[in-house]
Amino acid sequence: MQAGSVSGNSENSAISIDGLAVRFGEPPDRITALEDISIEVPEASLITMVGPSGCGKSTLLRAIADLVEADQGAIRVFGRTPEQARRARDFSFVFQESTLLPWRTAIENVLLPLEVGQRNEGIEKHAEPAELLALVGLAGREDALPHELSGGMQQRVSIARALVCRPRVLLMDEPFGALDEITRDKLNEELLRIWKETGTTIMFVTHSVPEAAYLGQKCLVLSRHPGRVLEFLDVEYSAPRNPELRDTLEFVQVTGRLRQLLGQAGRS
Amino acid sequence: MAAVGKVATASGDHRRRVWRSRLPALGTAVSLLLLWQLIVSGFGVPDYIAPSPLQVAGVFLEKGDILWVNFLPTLFEAAAGFVLGNSVAILLAIWFVHSRFAEQAFYPIAVFINTIPIIAIAPILVLMLGNGYAPKIVIASLICFFPTLVNMVRGLKAVSPQMLELMQVLSATDPEILWKVRIHSSLPFLFAALKIASTTCVIGAIVGEWIGSNYGLGALIIEATYNFRAPMLYATVILGASMAVAGFAATTIAERRFVKWRPGAVH
Repeated sequence: MQAGSVSGNSENSAISIDGLAVRFGEPPDRITALEDISIEVPEASLITMVGPSGCGKSTLLRAIADLVEADQGAIRVFGRTPEQARRARDFSFVFQESTLLPWRTAIENVLLPLEVGQRNEGIEKHAEPAELLALVGLAGREDALPHELSGGMQQRVSIARALVCRPRVLLMDEPFGALDEITRDKLNEELLRIWKETGTTIMFVTHSVPEAAYLGQKCLVLSRHPGRVLEFLDVEYSAPRNPELRDTLEFVQVTGRLRQLLGQAGRS
Repeated sequence: MAAVGKVATASGDHRRRVWRSRLPALGTAVSLLLLWQLIVSGFGVPDYIAPSPLQVAGVFLEKGDILWVNFLPTLFEAAAGFVLGNSVAILLAIWFVHSRFAEQAFYPIAVFINTIPIIAIAPILVLMLGNGYAPKIVIASLICFFPTLVNMVRGLKAVSPQMLELMQVLSATDPEILWKVRIHSSLPFLFAALKIASTTCVIGAIVGEWIGSNYGLGALIIEATYNFRAPMLYATVILGASMAVAGFAATTIAERRFVKWRPGAVH
């Protein structure tokens, strides 16, 4: 899929980005984090983003989330600007750390988005918090405080919290980056299941090549200095995405291709 | 039921262990009192230089009414000073966190006021506010104020940048961030300061009473010293110390009640 004009393609796109540039600092020491980014993210797709560190993949996610301002170009989330989309609760953000409030139980943490920013629309259509905790595999742990949960469980709570407003887009910034590999593989399975059950569009930043290859329907590879789109790769497998896929030749070919692209990205 | 029984004995064991761990301290204290009594009566030390523990205990029995009448005003001044000083500090800290200008304008002044010895401020306040409760309460609150201000500012700022970004994504307003996040995360810092304040407010009230007062534990200390009534002086000091210890214990109980989560987990 090639990026067209924002207005032309945004009908069936969840996220349209056209000619985006993000710069930090003032002119003499100005750093261009992102330049000339134009992509279309189809609705209900799962996009992974990889790139060498400092390539601006997090910045891209944060620009969509209205945490970073664009200097050039346009971002549309279901036709809305990031600010409008934020106020309408069109997207949720999952950070690398679970960012739970330690004095609140799991279910109270999931309820947080419903208690703040109440002057905004889009808050009535929320999901049942207990059902969400069951969806992320934490049924029965509703009243646990965060320090009573493992790192993986804390991240599950934060995913449940992100889903409580039934967002149309889920932005995830290395959500499993701080977890051990076994927990990470397990949460990858769960994320695929949640994605299928909720039909949410997901943009997922990672620094793990296997994770990007396993989760993504498409994989966005960025180069650095400045961050540009190197490749927006379609990732398709003949086998279903389950743990056995990781050991197939098909999968290894995809990770090999991604590593090759990352090698190019690092050199530039 | 078996599980419940096991938990009950476990907590019983725990209590017994706690008591056993306190025994050495208790034994040492009792031995020191005995030694003190033996030295004073053995060497015939006159009671205006150092009274024996029994003489001090006698004051509590015979002059309990005088002690009580002077205890109450000091308790009132210390408590009022505690509430006033900490309230002002907490409100100021909330303002500082929301306004860089306020912090830049007033923080240095707060530091400056803190550097003036409280003994030097006391006479100034007595001249300004007269001889009643007011100057004592203000002195007690001044002594509480600074540690609470510093700790509260730190506590309100001890929120991770990601947590603030989360609140931004949720379109939360500043008051919402204050009530849902900052106040809670400041509690461990606040209680650390309140524990200090709960003992220093008593010092403030007593220092206030030293300068121009004819009631309160402070006045009693001065009066007993000038008249060489050492047993009364010792009894007053013990009473003042007990007030501070009780305040500290009450603050600790409140802390356990309000901060049940592990503070380290917030960062």
